[in-house]
Order: sequence, then C-alpha cells, then structure tokens
Amino acid sequence: MNNLFQSELKVINIGLKSFKETLDKQNVKSVHVDWRPPLFTDDKVMSIIKSNTDKIEAANKQAIQKILNSKPFIVGMGKALDVVPGMKKNLLLHAGPPVTWENMCGPMRGAVIGALIYEGIVDAPEKAEQIAASGKIEFSPCHEHSAVGPMAGIVSPSMPVFILQNDEYGNKAFCTMNEGLGKVLRYGAFSSDVIERLKWMEKILYPSLKKAIEKIGKIDLKNIIAQALQMGDEVHNRNRAATSLLYRTLAPSIIQTTDDKEIAASVLEFINRNDHFFLNLSMGASKLSLDAARNIEHSSIVVVMARNGTEFGIQLSGTGDKWFTGPSPIPDALFFTGYTKDDANPDIGDSSITETNGLGGFAIAASPAIVQFVGGSTKDAINYTLKMYEITAAENNIYKIPYLNFRGTPTGIDVIKVVEKNILPFIDTGVAHKNAGVGQIGAGVLSAPAEPFIKAIVGLANQIK
Amino acid sequence: MNIIGIIKKGEYYDSISIMLIAKHISEMEGVDDSAVVMGTKENKSILTSSGLMTPDVQPAGEMDLIVALKLKEGVDSKNVLYKIDEIFKATKKSDDGENFTPQSIDGALNVLPDANMAMISVAGRYAGDVAMKSLQRGLHVMLFSDNVPIEKEIELKKFARENNLFVMGPDCGTAIINGVPLAFANVVNKGNIGVVAASGTGLQEVTCLISNAGCGISQAIGTGGRDVRKEVGGIMFIEGIKALTADPNTDVILLVSKPPATEVVEKIISVARGIRKPVVGVFLGASPEFLKGSNIRQALTLEEAAMKAVALSKHDSIESVDENLKSRTSEIEQIAKVEKAKLSLGQKYLRALYSGGTFCDEAQLLCQNVLGEVYSNIPFGSSKKLKDSSKSEKHTILDLGDDEFTVGKPHPMIDYSTRNKRIISEAEDPETAVILLDIVLGYGSNMDPLVEIIPVLKEVKKITVQQKRYVPVVCSVTGTDKDPQNRTAVVTALGAGGVKVMESNAAASMLAISIINR
Repeated sequence: MNNLFQSELKVINIGLKSFKETLDKQNVKSVHVDWRPPLFTDDKVMSIIKSNTDKIEAANKQAIQKILNSKPFIVGMGKALDVVPGMKKNLLLHAGPPVTWENMCGPMRGAVIGALIYEGIVDAPEKAEQIAASGKIEFSPCHEHSAVGPMAGIVSPSMPVFILQNDEYGNKAFCTMNEGLGKVLRYGAFSSDVIERLKWMEKILYPSLKKAIEKIGKIDLKNIIAQALQMGDEVHNRNRAATSLLYRTLAPSIIQTTDDKEIAASVLEFINRNDHFFLNLSMGASKLSLDAARNIEHSSIVVVMARNGTEFGIQLSGTGDKWFTGPSPIPDALFFTGYTKDDANPDIGDSSITETNGLGGFAIAASPAIVQFVGGSTKDAINYTLKMYEITAAENNIYKIPYLNFRGTPTGIDVIKVVEKNILPFIDTGVAHKNAGVGQIGAGVLSAPAEPFIKAIVGLANQIK
Repeated sequence: MNIIGIIKKGEYYDSISIMLIAKHISEMEGVDDSAVVMGTKENKSILTSSGLMTPDVQPAGEMDLIVALKLKEGVDSKNVLYKIDEIFKATKKSDDGENFTPQSIDGALNVLPDANMAMISVAGRYAGDVAMKSLQRGLHVMLFSDNVPIEKEIELKKFARENNLFVMGPDCGTAIINGVPLAFANVVNKGNIGVVAASGTGLQEVTCLISNAGCGISQAIGTGGRDVRKEVGGIMFIEGIKALTADPNTDVILLVSKPPATEVVEKIISVARGIRKPVVGVFLGASPEFLKGSNIRQALTLEEAAMKAVALSKHDSIESVDENLKSRTSEIEQIAKVEKAKLSLGQKYLRALYSGGTFCDEAQLLCQNVLGEVYSNIPFGSSKKLKDSSKSEKHTILDLGDDEFTVGKPHPMIDYSTRNKRIISEAEDPETAVILLDIVLGYGSNMDPLVEIIPVLKEVKKITVQQKRYVPVVCSVTGTDKDPQNRTAVVTALGAGGVKVMESNAAASMLAISIINR
C-alpha cells in the first residue's frame, strides 16, 4: 500500500463531477467518468454471465479473429433467383428482423408494391397490396439469406446482385446495386420512373458490370474501404470516396468489355452520379465478415443489427439464428426543407451492419465532412467514435482513423459491455418518409434502442446455463 | 396548500445534478418546500411522511425522477413548472465541443493509464460493483457512496487486503492522501502525523486542529463508520494503521472512531503493541479506561486527541496538553459567566444544530456529563430520542445531516436553508438559552458560508430584541486559512456578528454547557 504514498496521486472520479473540479483546482491529475447505471441488473442473468466470463472472453476472441481476418471480395454478379440461397419466385427479401405485411411500415410496403410491379406479378399498386396481404407472397429477412439491403432492403427474384466472397473462410454474401438518391424503391417509391430505372439497371447496368467484373476477376473490398476511411468516408452515410475508388477500378474494364460506347458511358455516368453506389457493397463486405463469426458458443459479440422500420433486431454469435427485437426508434435528424420529425419513419434498413462491423457511426471520426450533415461538431464525431471503444471487443487491424493517430476503428460490439456500461451503439443513417413513395427526407444519428440488447443478454444467459 | 408533483420518466441524473436542481428549485419564488428524488420506495415513503406526496407521482419507478413541490398560496403552478423545465434543460446541456468523457473505468484508464485511485460517488446499489471493478484494475478506492450493503463492503475489503489496496468507505466523506484533500476535506499543512478515522467530521476536525496548531498531516485515511463494526472487523482500520506504521513520513499515529466492536478493539490494541511510533486514540463514547493496558494514549475529545498528537510530534510532554486544556476551561468559564448574566428567567435549554454527525455525538457526550437529560434525532450515549425531529425538547442536539433532513436536498454543509429555518424557530422559543452551531469549511462544503449564516444571525438578534431576550450563539469553525473559504475571514465576520467562536467543537460545546449550567 505504501506505493500509493510514494507515488503521485492520479484519480479516476466516478459520480459527482464537483469532486473532479476540486481536484482540478489543486492541479491533481484526474479524469471524470460519465457513469450511468447498467441497462439491466437482473442478478440471475448477470451472475450466469459473470461466472462464465472466461468462456465468453475466449469465445469473443475467436469471433473477433474471424471478423478481423475476413477478406471480402466482389467475385461476380448474378440474378437473385439463381444465386441467393433459398430465393424463390414468390419470395421477397426485406431489411431487418422478420415482419409480416400487416406490421410493415409505409416505406417497406411501398417497396414491396414496387417490387411486385417490377417482377410483373401485378400491374397496379392496389393489386400489389391485395396479393401481398393474401399470403401468396412470402417475406423473409435478407439476413437469413446471406444478403443485406439498405432501407426497405427489398430483394426480388429477378434483381441482379453482386456476389461477394470471403477469401479467408469461403462464405458468400449478396447485395443489390444501389439505385441512387431521390425517388427510389428502397425508400418505398414505386412510380413508373422507379420501375423503369430498375429495369434499366437489370438490362443495361447489370450485364455491363458483370462482364467488367469477370474481366477483372475479383475486387478487394477491404482495401477500398480502408482507403476510403482515409479519404473522409465512414462508408454508411458517406460513400463518395469509396464509390470513386470503385469507379477507378471498374472503368477500364467497362470500356473494354462493353461494345456500345454510349452504353459504357451511361453505365459509368450512373456510378459517377451516385455517391452511394458503394453503400450496398460496404454493407455486403460487413455482412460477409460478421457471418464468418456466427455460431461461436458463448460469444456475446453482435453479428447483426438491422431494422425493418417497425422493429430493431440484433443477433449474437453465441445465440444462433435467434432475433432479439424491440421497437425501432425515430432518428434524431436534420430534415430536408419542408419535412419534420412527424414525417419520419422509424429507423429502417440493414445498413447498420456497417456499424456492427466497426464502420459507419463507429468510424465517424474518419468522416468530418458528414458530421455537420448529421448535426454536430467535428469534436462530437470524434467523441462518438471514442465512446464506441467502450463497447467493442477490438480495434480494427485494417480500418484506421487518421485523426486518432490511425487507431483501428472500434470493432465487434459486445452485448455485455453495452448492458453493463449503458452505452448503446451509435448509428448514423438516412431517414425515410413514413409514407410509401416519398423517399428520403433527412439524415441523422441515433442510438440503438436498449430492448434488443437486454433481451439478447438474457438470451445468451439462457443459452449458457 | 398547493402540492404538485411531476415525474420525469426514465431520466437519470447523477446526484450532484439532482442536488443542483433541488437547490435551484428550493430558491424559486413561490416554492414553499420541495424535493427532487429518484422514485424509489424509500424516497416515496419519505415524500409521504413529509407531506409532499401526490397521486400524480405515485406510479414513479426507481429509474424515474420525481419533482415534488409545495407552492405558496396563489402561485401559478404553470409558471413554476416552466421555470423548472428551464433548470432541467440547463443541467442537461450537452458537452458540446468538450473533450471526450469516458463512460467506464476501462475507458478512463485509456485516458489516464497510471491512475491509482478511484473516487466513487454513484448511487449505493451500484457503487459496490463499480468499486470491485476498480480494485480488479489495481486502483485504490475511496467510496463516498453510502447505502452499500455490508456484505458487499466485506467482500470489497477482503479483496482489497489480499491485493494490497485501500478501500476507504463506503460512506467515507473525507480523506487526505499525499497532501491532496479528497471529497469533503480541508487544505492542511503537510507534516508527520498520520490519521486513521472511521468518522468523517472527526477526521476533518483533528486534521484542521493539528494544522492550525502549526503541525501537519502525512496521510489521513478514512475507513467509513462501519469498518470498526464486528461484521467488517476493522479490516481497513487495521490496514490503515499498518500502512502508517510503515510510512517513513509518519511519526505519530492518530486513531479516530466511535468505540469499535470488542473484537476490533482487541485487534487494534494488538497491532498497536508492535508499533514503535506513538499512537493516540479517540474513541468517542468510550470510558477513560477503554484502552487501559495498551500503548495507545487515549483522548476523550477530538480536540484533546489532536493536541496530544501535536505534542508528541513536537516531542513535547503530553502533560502540557492537560495543563493547557485546564487553563482553557477556566477561560471558558469566564466567558460563560458574562453570557449567563444576560439570560432571562426561563431560558434553560441548549439547542445544538449540527451539520457534522461526529460533532453531534461529541456534544451529546459532553452535555450528558453535566446537564443530564439530552434529546437528539440520533441519540448517542445516554441521550433520548426526540419524538419529533422537527420539534426540540429540553436540551436538544440535532444532526441535520441525517437522512430525514437531507432527502431530496443537499447536505447541510452545502445548503444551509434547513438549518437556518431551525435557527429562527429556536430563537423564537423563550426556553432557548444557547444556540450551538458548527460551520465546516473546506472543499465540498459551501464556498460562501457567511452569505448563508450572517442574515440569519441578524434575524435572531431582531427577534430576541423584540422579545426582550438575549440568546447567545456559540459556534466552532472547522477549517484552515488555506481552505478556499479562509477560516480567519469566517471567524472574524462571525465574531463581528456577535457569535462566540471557539477553536474546536469540544470548546464550543463546553462553553454552551457552562452558560446553561447554573
């Protein structure tokens, strides 16, 4: 104990802030902890967790290794019906945890209507609603088919998808091509111009890209994401750099493999004009890495965070395919002129898979350019990222943040840390209008809701005991 | 009377914010009484007993914040609630643009990797877990929080002992480590006297008296009051003694506590036996024979203990202390004589209103020996319990820092309002012969006590002059001139206001007693 008397007193102050101020006045080195009570304090559950700490930590180490070692590549393209596992003609995939037509929010219903028109199953929105409610159309989460989709996240059988492969573990993931901003299917728009664009993407964009990718062989997504983080993207709400890097990779091959110059130009221009073209791929790369860490017994690492616009759901490595859900919150957003929070749909989309993988909101310190857009100062952005280190199991080995001296992004959300520290994952995201077909009305930030994390820790404890 | 209550659902505020909010609200125009509390069962029953309960706040859960208000007649509640909302907004104001504040011990260790002390003041039911986590990270712990279960305290202290760490507390309000005053503590001289104390105000009093006598403190280790009980077995009290024994900068060891459990006394005596440094002990309430046969020199008051430690640290004789105290007693009697002459017939009783719990105990002991029957809300020794803490009976000695006075309000060392009201009502009582007070300075306490107390003393004078009486006010001021409030400044101003200021609580108590003792 005497070493205390012999050394300089340095204090961690947890609780009353005035004690820290007193120490400051005396020039004593100290740091204040903005402590809050745990989310959940059920003794039974927490004692199971505590008594298994060693096993959980070992399992988490394994899960983290898999996430960090994953090597996501684009290896090709195909039609969803042909390549996505379990895909069939009367199946539509959607974002988030499972949801029935009755419980679907406006934008997701709009996207379902659009997809049914696009597939030629119906020719009018009213008929689409009827058939969607009839039970003839099945719905299933993208996540249960190795896929991810932004916002409504609808994947229908004829849609072209990128095929991604994890070179380290061999697993695959699938994602659609991003449609751009404005009135688009993923925000629930289904007017004729939306359908026409989807058709153009299927008939013109897809074949051209497919050939170009075949020529290239495979495209290293991890490399593009790592570079993009150093160019001001966090690859969720800002994908400008990543899209540009992908464009540079694709352009020569597109020109070489597309016979018609006009078509080649239109394809390149489509990618060039859509800063979010890379979003679906950053999501797919994240999905691929996190899927590799699934089903590790005892692991408390979150492998999915996803929202269907009604509910927010998560899955843990150690609890198999179980979803833990709670109501999805409405983001705290900056709205485009003419819109308010009253118009906003609850948070929606699989894009929070990026945060789950240590990107997006978790890497926002790398992306000062969008901080103002999501409401805040540069320092806020840095603080958001710093806070996420509190609830993650590792620092990324490849994804680095220049401002933080190239510290790796906080990676691998540990549900136990979330619950014990009462710090919820931070997500930066787009906001959809609550009515079908209106589209994006703002962008903002939110903390994940507590309920899924509380249910998940209970689920993990039940699994362990 | 207009009583209203609102629930702030699921809003967590740390206790200092709640205290600040409570203070702002209590100062609002039109608010007669108020409480701001988390909606725990205990707090709700306290609201009920203090008449602030309304059906509106009954459903509040323990994660909800309750604001209960008693409004003056004719006050517009809408207006008041609007202002309260503003107060809440002001406290919630985000750390916009501020540096990163970690939210856990691990996060803090990233920022300050070589931290060696965790100061914990979160709500009691969580504090134990936070303390354990700190110990596991190799940090010494000062546990300011109270209401930590005793089983948890034992678990923490056993773990700490095995790992050569301190756990000061729970309910440890003060300590001085490496010259740094922690929580409620005074800025004292550095020196060669080391203190182990199971009493917060006791620690403050002895360290200030030592410093004011020109000596100084090497370390002052608080253990929390329960440490010396049988269940905990004095784990940290003993560890503290051992640490001071080994500390080359400590020449004299001073122990402060209420009488420990018998087993613990035996342990203390046996540890002390092996120490070559002189040891002084004050165990308030223990008989003068308590430490007979041990090598611990016993003192009966905090002041005597401090003076004996001072004498030993200067290699003076202990007997000189007895002589000095004796001559001081005759000085006190001189002052008392003058004051006594000014009292009217019927002024018979002592009314002591304390903010420091240990002072309340000490005053009761001194009073019992001379005046006999004494009443208190926290009876000590032979005192009787007050039927109603809000009404004094005969000789009454109150601890206003006790929970029943502080729920939803800051401690009386910070917020003088409760005691100020009580001073006025004691002054109005024709049977009051002396009002006895303590003022505790230092970090953590009110930064401007004169602003709080001087207007009340003027009011006392006004009331008593009107009623053709004189009520002497006797007071001790615990603090030093290095404290941010500056003791000399406070003492001078009080003296100018007609208060008899004494150098210690023991001396102030003795003066009050002598004035009454006819």
